[in-house]
Amino acid sequence: MDYQAGSPVDPQVMEAMTPYLGTVFANPSSTHSLGQEAKAAVEDARSKVATLIGAARKEDVIFTSGGTESNNLALIGMATRSREKGNKVVTSVIEHISILNICKYLAKMGFSLKQIPVDSQGIINPAAVESSISDGTSLVSIMYANGEIGTVEPIAEIGRIAHDHGALFHVDAVAAVGKIPINVERENIDLLSLSSNDMYGPKGVGALYIRQGTQLRPIILGGGQERGLRSGTENVPGIVGMGKAAEIAAQEMERESTRLTEMRDKLRKGILDSIPHSYLNGHPTARLPNNLNVRFSYIEGESLVLSLDMEGIAVSSGSACSSKTLEPSHVLRAIGLRHEEAHGSLLFSMGKWNTEDEVDRIIELLPGIVRRLRKMSPLTPKELQV
Amino acid sequence: MEHFRNPRNVGEIPDADGVGTVGNPVCGDMMTIFIKVKDGKIEDIKFKTFGCGAAVATSSMVTELAKGKTLEEAMKITRADVADQLGGLPPIKMHCSNLAADALHSAIEDYRKKKSK
Repeated sequence: MDYQAGSPVDPQVMEAMTPYLGTVFANPSSTHSLGQEAKAAVEDARSKVATLIGAARKEDVIFTSGGTESNNLALIGMATRSREKGNKVVTSVIEHISILNICKYLAKMGFSLKQIPVDSQGIINPAAVESSISDGTSLVSIMYANGEIGTVEPIAEIGRIAHDHGALFHVDAVAAVGKIPINVERENIDLLSLSSNDMYGPKGVGALYIRQGTQLRPIILGGGQERGLRSGTENVPGIVGMGKAAEIAAQEMERESTRLTEMRDKLRKGILDSIPHSYLNGHPTARLPNNLNVRFSYIEGESLVLSLDMEGIAVSSGSACSSKTLEPSHVLRAIGLRHEEAHGSLLFSMGKWNTEDEVDRIIELLPGIVRRLRKMSPLTPKELQV
Repeated sequence: MEHFRNPRNVGEIPDADGVGTVGNPVCGDMMTIFIKVKDGKIEDIKFKTFGCGAAVATSSMVTELAKGKTLEEAMKITRADVADQLGGLPPIKMHCSNLAADALHSAIEDYRKKKSK
């Protein structure tokens, strides 16, 4: 149950991609009919992605190599373009590491950065955004939902506030696209990042929605593909895969999100009810349907992950020991958890091929695992030692 | 992994002769080692650990290495010994083996301090 780290490609997507790895191999920029066939496939995928996010025209979607690249193009492409408007950028403390590092770079380039805090459930207060925006703010970048604690942000309202002050609004929607309905028109969004692998498409391809009239400077220069905004021969099989994944996501979203929400809530209840000193991280209802992040006092996350792995269950943790940097998750710290609380966290991110039986099995196994680790821990109070 | 699956010597010794605690929950790793000393040898040793898989494994290993040894021999057990006996640790986890050896030495020092009173 670690779909947020990596998910398989839907078999229907693989099937849709295969011709473009073999017989339809031509360059979409070629004039001959073979090239035109490839171009048609790219444009068809573009439409499907546009439909999924409610874009007014398919031309508003350009393809990139993934969510990180889309974030780079949105922020760097926008910032360098809009310096005349102002050099202030407003974002939040729980953004994806790519946004945080891009903002650090912008700060070095002379931009002034304002990071909005979140409340204890990970919600960004629109009033806090309002008070952080000034006349010199050219860009507001806030994620649609956080992939670690699952919290879904009040995006439409934040977008309205950004526009009231003449700032552009970018949304990193990588964790949310395909799981919950998104409508860029209605939600006041100017730029939206999405990636294929978060909706059972192939890795290495993503997209950036750019509202008509929004000017960006490209960061990848070359032959001028994607309206000059993203040069390089198009990843036709990847793009076709992303289009098919978007189409399937749109069709299945309502049914899947209901199914996942039920499983998520069953797991949450099963865990919190049966294990003492266990708590939910993130908001209980404004939450991605597939995301459950919980923490357990007195024990550490990586040892929980290993114990579950020994039972054939794959999950992840925000503990320091399980990260490459040996720092606990910045998201868990941002919602106010102390270090030792962040260390005891566990993230279940469910997907299409998880079943209710698996949920039941975890509810059955986890209390014993937690008891075993608590018995070993010097922090466990006497009354829990049994 | 074996020492994580089946750690040896988990527990407390209520009337321990020496207790050593290193690390802290803020860091994400904390180990406490309890020793019972008789005739200059570690007669019994137990540990409690808050930490990752490597932390549990290294604490378990260090207690296994130290049990039955004289205090001098136990003081000589190094971080490298612990890591080697486990078959090596990834570099990012080496600090866990440091903690285990340090906790053992700290428990021995605590015993010596108590004894000299």
